[in-house]
Amino acid sequence: MFRSSNRAPAIAALTASLFFSMAQDACAASDDDLKELREQVRQLKDLYEKKINELEARLKQAEQTAGQAKSSATAAQTTAEQAAVQASSRTAGEGAFNPGISAILNGVYGNLSQNPSNYRINGFAPTMGEVAPPNRGLGLGESEIAFSANIDRHFRGTLIAALSPEDTVSVEEAHIQTLGLSNGFTLKAGRFFSGVGYHNEIHAHAWDFTDAPLANKVFLGNQLAEDGFQVKWIAPTDLYANIGLEFGRGRKFPGGPDGGRMKNGFGSTNLFAHLGGDWGTGAAWRVGLSHLRTRVHDRAFNDVDSTGTGVTNSIGAASRLWVIDGVLKWAPNGNASNTSFKLQGEYFRRTEDGQLTYDTAAASLGTQSGSYLSKQSGWYLQGVYQFQPEWRVGYRYDRLDSGTTGLGLVANGPLTAADFPILASYKPIRNTMMLDWSASEFSRVRLQFARDRARAGIADNQFFLQYIISMGAHGGHKF
Amino acid sequence: MKKIFIVMAGTLAAMMAAASAVAAINVFACEPEWAALATEIGGDRINAYSATTALQDPHRIEARPSLIARVRNADLVVCTGSELEIGWLPILLTQSGNAKVQGGRPGNFEAAQYVSRLEIPKVLDRAMGDIHPGGNPHIQTDPRNIAKVAEALIARLAQIDAPGAESYRSRGKAFLERWQAAIARWEQQAAPLRGLPVVVHHKAWTYLEAWLGLREVATLEPQPGVPPSPSHLAELVEGMRREPAKFIVYSAYNDPKAAGFLSQRTGVPAVLLPFTVGGTESARDLFSLFDDTLSRLLSAAQGKGSK
Repeated sequence: MFRSSNRAPAIAALTASLFFSMAQDACAASDDDLKELREQVRQLKDLYEKKINELEARLKQAEQTAGQAKSSATAAQTTAEQAAVQASSRTAGEGAFNPGISAILNGVYGNLSQNPSNYRINGFAPTMGEVAPPNRGLGLGESEIAFSANIDRHFRGTLIAALSPEDTVSVEEAHIQTLGLSNGFTLKAGRFFSGVGYHNEIHAHAWDFTDAPLANKVFLGNQLAEDGFQVKWIAPTDLYANIGLEFGRGRKFPGGPDGGRMKNGFGSTNLFAHLGGDWGTGAAWRVGLSHLRTRVHDRAFNDVDSTGTGVTNSIGAASRLWVIDGVLKWAPNGNASNTSFKLQGEYFRRTEDGQLTYDTAAASLGTQSGSYLSKQSGWYLQGVYQFQPEWRVGYRYDRLDSGTTGLGLVANGPLTAADFPILASYKPIRNTMMLDWSASEFSRVRLQFARDRARAGIADNQFFLQYIISMGAHGGHKF
Repeated sequence: MKKIFIVMAGTLAAMMAAASAVAAINVFACEPEWAALATEIGGDRINAYSATTALQDPHRIEARPSLIARVRNADLVVCTGSELEIGWLPILLTQSGNAKVQGGRPGNFEAAQYVSRLEIPKVLDRAMGDIHPGGNPHIQTDPRNIAKVAEALIARLAQIDAPGAESYRSRGKAFLERWQAAIARWEQQAAPLRGLPVVVHHKAWTYLEAWLGLREVATLEPQPGVPPSPSHLAELVEGMRREPAKFIVYSAYNDPKAAGFLSQRTGVPAVLLPFTVGGTESARDLFSLFDDTLSRLLSAAQGKGSK
């Protein structure tokens, strides 16, 4: 448009000046001359008009072409966007069916008044599990890599590998789960966290505190993952009610250890049931009861006998554990965006009946066996309050009761209670407080302080600063 | 012992009898708008249950036991999809032991598949906040989307409950006729809103904006899913001085503090919109949801102010 608007006045001016210069002479000129002049002017005018029209037509064409280019560019962009949409919803090639992959990273700074390498929970035979608190100083926690995907219309598979800071890899979970069963049944097979109690099934990165409750440490060796299968059934009622049965190898504490058992069949059973529902729109609850039975083959542990000699003892027994668990979650109107509260507690009770062998290596007073009977219990209660978006505080109280361990070797044998100091009756207590910040559901930074009286007569002040992040596929969290 | 057994058997028989007596199709809806839509189409043939209320943030829901129990008994699960429920729905499905409603089966219905989604991100990076690879999931804020979902849902209900197919089709047709008439009415009413600049709490109103021609100039959340921070709100106060918005929109499940703060500082009215059925007292069904949304926007646009 600007081209014609520039040209038009110039042409008009030219025409006008020509016209005026001619008009000045016109008075003196004859009629013929005037006629000729008029004709010339008309021709000139026609010529310019023709040129202007031509220019305008060319301009119009140019504009149209530009407009077409623009609209085709928009169309191309729309097509590209749609293609991008298609591409984003569907990756082509070999990678198209890659499973959902996620990784958990975790680091802890520990400041402990007692050395964690001599951690013990008095009154309870050591579990051979990872029950000690995180190390002193800067340290890497356990990292995890998880894969999961639907396998076909019947199964879903999950593999979670744990990479320890000591550069070892272990299979934390590797299981398949049915999708296709109906009528409320699900079947799981492989290695999975046992559904005993509430806390045991939850992955460490989703725990509300840096470490497990003391009861989970002494009764389940921190966290029990069984090799076996689980059948679960949910009742067809609006009240949530389920019942489940697990058959396991019994490869780990409280059973096992693996390798001690060379038999067909199974080494542990766990029967559990849950009820759950809502209270109004704000609160949801679940309670459960579990019963784990397993066989202890050779639970070896070190102790210092009355002569001051380090000895290795071993327990073989039938182990029966009962767990009652409960969890309550509340948020105003059920909307946890701003504030929410979670209350969780479990009570454990275990009976073990069998044999205890003293000094298996005959390093002190010689190898001797006698009966072993223990009735032990423990519980914890914890509350976590989200007081504003991204921020939570929590408190946990742990208490265990070792009861009095009945030892045949002491009651009617040659040894005394002083030969088994670690089994002496004791009631460990721990108080824990934490504050955490989560910028998103994928990251968490936590500050935790605990006063742990797991060792008889010694208080351990434990301070942890921890980060836990998850990246990759978005895994949901169980209730 | 014998007595206990007889009582148990009796209870079980009674439960089974009760289960067979209730022959209605159980619809588990993730959000109230889909429960309302299913009820419009299904009437008495279906029994719709909504997992969430309008006062809850659908991104952040606990996979609570009561929901697992409901999914276990559902014949059809109707959810938004586009990763809106990714934090909780997959757990409900795997825990339910209900093959009918697993992904890819007729009993699993994802509404977002039937509309053209907006704001599909070109780059996926969690540093950009809670973004949805499948596009913005809050599709129910445009009634034209509800019409598209309704058509698909009519077909789906007819598929899973063949004896009721005729009923779903006729009820659905009647609903769609009323709905189209209502859309025409709403569009006429909303004409004065065209082109108005608006600040929103969460990017929950993209489809409403596209429908009514509202112009989103800012969000209270610095990034999707990240709660409003004081520094971001201060920037917004500054920005709105240069380019004032007509209103600040938030939904019932948002904390009203941020919108209230900005409204106080800038004099721009904060408008609570129902977002879904039940979000305000007047938004009792899908029709009143949009009636109320428009009346709140229009009265704010006319400077009458709003709650």
